Amino acid sequence: MIREEGAPRILPGLDPLNRPFWTGGARGELLVARCGACDVWQHPPQDFCQACGGRETAPQPVSGKGRVVTFTINRQAWLPGMAVPFVLAAVELIEQAGLFLIVNIVGVDPEQVRAGMAVTVDFIAQDDIFLPVFRPDRGWEAHR
Amino acid sequence: MTDFPEKLVRITGAAQSEVARPSARPALSLTLDACLAAIERAGLRLSDIDGLSTYPGQIANGDGLSPVGSYDVMTALGLSPRWMGASTEGHAHMGAIANAIMAIASGQCRHVLVFRTVAQAAARAEVKHAGIIGGGRAVAARSWGGQSWQAPYNALSAAPMFALYANAYFRAYGATERQLGAIAVNSRAMAALNPNAIYREPITIEDYLTSRLISDPLRIFDCDTHIDGSTALILSHCDAARDSRLPPLRIEAMGLGASGLGVGLHEGDFTGMPGMAVAGRMLWSRTDMTPADLDFAQIYDGFSILTLFWMEALGLCGRGEAAAFVEGGARIGLDGEIPLNTSGGQLSAGRFHGYGHTHEACMQLWGLAGERQVRDARAGIVSNGGFGYGCLLLARD
Repeated sequence: MIREEGAPRILPGLDPLNRPFWTGGARGELLVARCGACDVWQHPPQDFCQACGGRETAPQPVSGKGRVVTFTINRQAWLPGMAVPFVLAAVELIEQAGLFLIVNIVGVDPEQVRAGMAVTVDFIAQDDIFLPVFRPDRGWEAHR
Repeated sequence: MTDFPEKLVRITGAAQSEVARPSARPALSLTLDACLAAIERAGLRLSDIDGLSTYPGQIANGDGLSPVGSYDVMTALGLSPRWMGASTEGHAHMGAIANAIMAIASGQCRHVLVFRTVAQAAARAEVKHAGIIGGGRAVAARSWGGQSWQAPYNALSAAPMFALYANAYFRAYGATERQLGAIAVNSRAMAALNPNAIYREPITIEDYLTSRLISDPLRIFDCDTHIDGSTALILSHCDAARDSRLPPLRIEAMGLGASGLGVGLHEGDFTGMPGMAVAGRMLWSRTDMTPADLDFAQIYDGFSILTLFWMEALGLCGRGEAAAFVEGGARIGLDGEIPLNTSGGQLSAGRFHGYGHTHEACMQLWGLAGERQVRDARAGIVSNGGFGYGCLLLARD
């Protein structure tokens, strides 16, 4: 669990669909919506499965493992006090091809981030939100 | 190929207000400057205007993104339109034009005034971060909707989002910063010839390569610039365009598409925008013309990487070939194979949100482009958008 100093982030407003994703980190869980009929994962969470048309989706924990598909080192502070540089990345979770999260990569010098890098989830705690972020994970290759 | 609605419509007028960072004049005044000049250029009277269309419609939160709406213009000019509409969630900037085309073709009106006004420079002169999130004065405590998937990760601008795509494209096709930089260098070279452009000082590729990184690989010169200004277009039914002051411009074909970046959903391929390809295919399926018939291209450049994506989606070059195509700038210069963004585009002429590109296409086809005139320009393509997508093939008989 990470507690940041400095300028607070603009947190997401919570609703019944997104609450599991943004708060599951309180128990160390990354919760992603999954179809109850065909088991396909989907993000952002919604109660319509694009794979089978099912309406019964529910949040389920994932491994928290993934890999960086593409990333950028953002150097511009968009608000006063925003810590830069930071890495924004598309992380593909190992549970399913095409299951992407757009997140920050933390715990590593931004210059060391690489496409294809194995990463694992961590959470930034701010107010009632546990923001899923990812850090390098040397063990990921074993999960393939 | 006469059944498509755009074949019944002509562009008969186009004009822009002054452009400034910021303007001392109110946004509504800039809007009326552009509208009245476009109506005059079309040879019409105010009473001829029976339709009003804009994008995205008034957003009265002080952030300057869209301070003037249809009702403001209707009231200020004393218009009584039979049809009006704002394309808030249409095909980006082209949505208001597409709506006007369909309103005219379906007989709801004959002359539509299409306008788009931005006053983001004035808003930011007052509040430095106006428009980042939450409107003009206050930063929102929480983010909602599509933004709520990006804002918590400090992606408060589209720049880092499009940078994800740019890096994926670079990796997939071996594109380089020097190649991408050719878009910005070309933009400044063109803007130097456009008295209404905001940044007219030429830059070299070395200037580009040493400029400030915003979100790599995107540099300050890869990002368009907020301005105060307004663009107006007059779209007319072909039967009502016979007495136009200028040659009526045919809308030979239009293309529309959409894809998911803006709502946080992703198509899984970060090397282009699938919705652009949808729009490009639609456009070329509605005409006998081909890319070889084009005399110029006004391609959306809210970020330079979008121009490369659009060039490929419109078939100006093959998939993965746009970066090499533009390298060095010779093929996209005024004397090149396909002169690109001859006004300076949004990178150098200012963020008119797509309308500057359509305006410039009209100026070129009317021979009114001054020093930057493409010789004997008869046909050109326009594309708009980084989230929703629209393109037009315009031609002069």
